[in-house]
Amino acid sequence: MTTHTGTATHVTHDHPAAEKSFIQKYVFSIDHKVIGKQFLFSSLFFFVFGGLLAMLIRTQLAWPWQEIPGVGQFVYGNSGNILAPEAYPALVTMHGTIMIFFFIIPILSGAFGNFLIPLMIGAKDMAFPRLNLLSYWFMVPAFFIMLAGFFVEGGTAAAGWTSYVPLSALPDMVPGSGAGQTLWIVSLTLVGTSSLMGAINYITTVVMLRAKGMHMFRLPMTIWALFITAILVLMATPVLTSALILLFLDRTVGTHFFLPSGGGQVILWQHLFWFYSHPAVYIMILPAMGMASDIISCFARKPLFGYKPMVFSIMAIAGLGFIVWGHHMFQSGMNPVLGTVFMTSTMMIALPSAIKTFNWLATLWGGQLRLTAPMLNALAFVSTFVIGGLSGVFAAATPVDIFIHDTYWIVGHIHYVLFGGSLFGVFAAVQYWFPKMFGRMMSDRWGKVHFVLTFVAFNLVFFPMFILGAYGMPRRIADYTSYNFLAPLQSLNQFMTLSAYVLALSQLVLFGNFFYSLFRGQKAADNPWQANSLEWATSSPPPEHNFHAEPVVYHGPYEYSSPEVAEDWLPQNHALDGAGLKKTPTPAAATGAAAD
Amino acid sequence: MAHAVISEPHATPTWQGITTLKFAWWLFLASEVMFFAGLIAAYIVLRAGSPVWPIVSEVLNVPLVAGNTFILIVSSVTMVQAYAGIQAGNQSQLRNMLLATTALGIIFLGIQAFEWSALLREGETAQSSLFGATFYTLTGFHGLHVTGGVVGLVFVTLKAFRAGYTQAEHGGVELMGLYWHFVDVVWIILFTIVYLI
Repeated sequence: MTTHTGTATHVTHDHPAAEKSFIQKYVFSIDHKVIGKQFLFSSLFFFVFGGLLAMLIRTQLAWPWQEIPGVGQFVYGNSGNILAPEAYPALVTMHGTIMIFFFIIPILSGAFGNFLIPLMIGAKDMAFPRLNLLSYWFMVPAFFIMLAGFFVEGGTAAAGWTSYVPLSALPDMVPGSGAGQTLWIVSLTLVGTSSLMGAINYITTVVMLRAKGMHMFRLPMTIWALFITAILVLMATPVLTSALILLFLDRTVGTHFFLPSGGGQVILWQHLFWFYSHPAVYIMILPAMGMASDIISCFARKPLFGYKPMVFSIMAIAGLGFIVWGHHMFQSGMNPVLGTVFMTSTMMIALPSAIKTFNWLATLWGGQLRLTAPMLNALAFVSTFVIGGLSGVFAAATPVDIFIHDTYWIVGHIHYVLFGGSLFGVFAAVQYWFPKMFGRMMSDRWGKVHFVLTFVAFNLVFFPMFILGAYGMPRRIADYTSYNFLAPLQSLNQFMTLSAYVLALSQLVLFGNFFYSLFRGQKAADNPWQANSLEWATSSPPPEHNFHAEPVVYHGPYEYSSPEVAEDWLPQNHALDGAGLKKTPTPAAATGAAAD
Repeated sequence: MAHAVISEPHATPTWQGITTLKFAWWLFLASEVMFFAGLIAAYIVLRAGSPVWPIVSEVLNVPLVAGNTFILIVSSVTMVQAYAGIQAGNQSQLRNMLLATTALGIIFLGIQAFEWSALLREGETAQSSLFGATFYTLTGFHGLHVTGGVVGLVFVTLKAFRAGYTQAEHGGVELMGLYWHFVDVVWIILFTIVYLI
């Protein structure tokens, strides 16, 4: 791995930088760039792990109870080389849990949040570098505790990532509700603590450490999104923590918070869980929205359309996100009037989401599009997010949800917003900021190959899920073919599974590109994309304290194709009158500047 | 537009006059409020949904704990006095009021422990009833937070006795005060809904 101090620096420190040991530089670093990369690599590992679990799920759905050639004896050796019926819920539980808590949230907030926030606001590091270190190192035991579930008696938790009671509250109920479920609870409590520490750090950093001239409404959308997401994390995660603690007590100490036999209420778990988990889905999408805005604007060579509405829309989505959790519980027996309230608030979220979508389209309109790999992935983000969001409107309508709740419609919806949305956003962000992180370029050609394969395969896997769901195929069921009316769906499921194999194999292209480029990629310039935000105003990778001198900001980050500038971009730390420019402006630019 | 002001190298950034650490501390307290909100919401839902609930005044020693509540409120007053002291540069007021706050905090915990032991002796456990489960969980997590606060107070008091705070620099005292008032406010809410209602 290239070191972040690889480039020759002329850093003006007050004190000479002491030579750091390997442990200080790469293991227990307080440098936000290193911590961001630690989150990045751990997240990518769990992406692969969660993806392999998905392949096992898809295989079962295509060929129920069939032995998988070669793989079967390795994975299912303890159950006669085939999937045991009670292991299927464990597969879906761990797939969801790992993808949500160990991949998407850590990669968006942990990796990109950490790496980008100080750089894009013009700061040297986070407000609390040691708290930042602690935040990563709380994740490490969480990783091991969660994975330990695979090795305990009864196996991992198997009550769904939603961990509904009473299944998750009674240790002797089924395999998977034993030690594995307790480990799941402990692991997530650690993850939540890590997130909280990060959130406090990010919010404080954005408010307190912006460079001179970096007013809040000159921040790039990436930062606004990460900032609002951090506020969501701060306010929602503690409620999950309280729920996890009560569940832990029910399981270990003999309380009955959630168990009717002792006066408790099953639905209380659902309320507490979803009060966090609905904001959690916005935690998983908002950073991707912010990054997509910056990437689209850059590669369209156009200002972001409607910057302030974009900011206020993110705030609206986040705020409304706190009052819609009941839409996950329409089938719980709630009072229909309450259901209507949640339906209304949920539908309202479509409004700011639509504003954002139209603004992305308006940003593209008339632009000088540069269809690089990051741009293609950002465009995929917008298009698939629209489909995911629209499918959510169906689910938001309570009468419709009566039919599609807990069917594959919902699975299709969540994967269109999380894979189509967040993950394509991650693909875009990884390829866009790779040069800044590692000082090398990824291959754009292989990025495009990965994009085409992934985009096609993704739609082939997940779009049919809306058909399956409307047809009535339930989720989390190991063998739908045992129901006569669903048996005809097997051929479609097989098609989807084969597409899923292609989807999984396509990721090898990205990983190959990523790791090859890490060592052999072309060296990157400071600003290979000719982008305006502050992270591009320093070297690739940046020096230890990010900037040789504290940047001064003169305007927002979307001055692309300005009629007053010769080039089609104007970095935030360059003013129209030439202030901040390191070299003499070209005669064309000077004329342009003199004209105003 | 407000933005960070860095007036000289290595000066603490402020926003609207609030230092970085104090700003972060408020965020931390906000997250703690949400944590207790989750527990309190659970309590309200469980109690409202329970066909039977013990008559609280018959099970719990309301007068004793009311007195304990008063003790905690007084400890907040002494904390304010400590802070006012160091704001005026009065080291002895700071030290004495910090000692008083710490002592009152310990007394609060002691009386809570006595309350718990009395209840346990009567057979009221976390397993015996939903009332027990919610009671011990709520007061237990609050007690844990008070204990953390007392530990912090010990550190701050020791530092005050070493003349570690001055009229110019006493941020730690302020942060300690904020945390202690938070713990007090949570208790007032808990006492009201568990003991009084």
